[in-house]
Amino acid sequence: MVQLILSLLILSGMGGVLALLLELADSYIADYGEKHILINDEKDLVVKGGNPLLSTLGQEGIFIPSACGGKGTCAYCKVKIQEGGGPVLPTERPYLSPEELQGHVRLSCQVKVKEDLKIEIPEDLFLVKEFRVKVERIEDLTPQIKGLHLKILSPEEGFTFKAGQYVQLEVPKYKLTKGREYRAYSISSAADKRHELELVITRVEKGAVTTYVHDYLKAGEELRVMGPFGQFYFRDSHRDILLIATGSGLAPIKSILHQIEKEQIQRKATLFFGARTGQDLYYQEELRMLETAIPHFTYVPTLSRPTEGEQWEGERGRVTNLIEKYIEENADLDVYICGAPAMVESCVELLTKKGIPGEHIFFDKFE
Amino acid sequence: MVQIDSGTLFFAAIFTNNILLTNFLGLCPFLSISREVRSSLGLGAAVVFVMTCTAVINYLVYYHVLLPLNLEHFRYIVFIVIIAAFVQLVEMTVERYFPALYYMLGIFLPLITVNCAILGASLFLIIRNYTLTQSLAYGAGSGIGWMLAITAVGAIREKLQKSAKLPKGMEGPAITLLITGILALAFMAFSGMIHMRAK
Repeated sequence: MVQLILSLLILSGMGGVLALLLELADSYIADYGEKHILINDEKDLVVKGGNPLLSTLGQEGIFIPSACGGKGTCAYCKVKIQEGGGPVLPTERPYLSPEELQGHVRLSCQVKVKEDLKIEIPEDLFLVKEFRVKVERIEDLTPQIKGLHLKILSPEEGFTFKAGQYVQLEVPKYKLTKGREYRAYSISSAADKRHELELVITRVEKGAVTTYVHDYLKAGEELRVMGPFGQFYFRDSHRDILLIATGSGLAPIKSILHQIEKEQIQRKATLFFGARTGQDLYYQEELRMLETAIPHFTYVPTLSRPTEGEQWEGERGRVTNLIEKYIEENADLDVYICGAPAMVESCVELLTKKGIPGEHIFFDKFE
Repeated sequence: MVQIDSGTLFFAAIFTNNILLTNFLGLCPFLSISREVRSSLGLGAAVVFVMTCTAVINYLVYYHVLLPLNLEHFRYIVFIVIIAAFVQLVEMTVERYFPALYYMLGIFLPLITVNCAILGASLFLIIRNYTLTQSLAYGAGSGIGWMLAITAVGAIREKLQKSAKLPKGMEGPAITLLITGILALAFMAFSGMIHMRAK
């Protein structure tokens, strides 16, 4: 008995000594002190060295996309490292193309911060943050589309985004899913409202997140949102503005219209909104209000299949018909298109044929 | 003590009693890293270093700590923990002070913490009653033998990749195991020349 306890004690002691040794080594040998990370030649971070770049940036609130959690298998966390970072590791090589190797692209989960680094990351990742939100209200916009009104609980300073961008909405595990799931949704609320978010969510048959939002989500529930993301946002120019949307594609367009209203932009603006029947039109009051509030804005809804019962006096046909009808050849326009991929593609094709240059056409396809 | 002298033991561990090809230890990293000569050499060198050092450390711990305390039956656990801690320490040191070496060998170090050839070598030297010098020779020899085997297979696989067209089912581990088997047959021809076990 004494022998047993004694041997256990000695064994634990040996383990303890080794653990202490490692702990000491960790704080003396693996201590790289403070290192600087210069991002995009403007932002200078002072961080504790020795850890992978991905997690170091995460602690500083800069979220590089990563699906595998830093194990070096998903290759989402690519970052351009201009100075420092050492040679490319065998663990990264399989994921980098020859062009990327030339361009100093690395996997940020594999590169450790052991010296001062100079890196380059897409500008919009700076602003990507994680937010806790509370569901204020769920609104039926059409039989298939719900409007989700969210209130930002944390961080306190709220949400900064450009009108037109999207967020990732995460829903918890429920009957249809194996774990937490997230999907991208465009923001329809105004960009200057920093503590409110409004998302427009169309029901997708068997869609993990849309089903949750449509059938399970209740007001008062707390969720997680990450963002903002996306290159689809309102650009400053002197040209007239054409906005085209179908279905939930109206969401980012509405946010853009809020910006035009707030800034009292004097450019001429037109919105073509395509729906199937009168029932599928939504945000009608808001859009009519914006029509009076914005100096030169015209709202043109069009129905592709108005039912017999409804007395529709507006435009008929698809949004492409409106382009044919109203847009002149070589018009000086900035075009923003958002909605189903097929609609976006046929609009872009038509507009290009009308002589509108590609760099003036911005779009977001909702897959 | 044993009649076999350290020099003979060193060569025996490399050629006639190769730890990989006659004891089939350390097969897991062997199968996954032996795709090309360069990484085979890197992993092999890391194994040589760790095996030599841990053989000596474990010898000292066994005879100067475990035996006097009557804890020799705990040698499995103690050896594993010592090897793991040693590899960790070496990795940290190399990463900090020898960056060039780290990029060549260091990244393989975590892979061999759980390499059973290393534990095997430490256990063999106890079972076979080696002296300290013999343990050193055996540890180094086994490490070099392991490196030799993985480099040989790495070279063959590299060559195969370039020239031979393998049936789908034979790719990867299948062909590697076959090559290893044939190599092992060749190496086994030498076994029995030298008796490794101490009397």
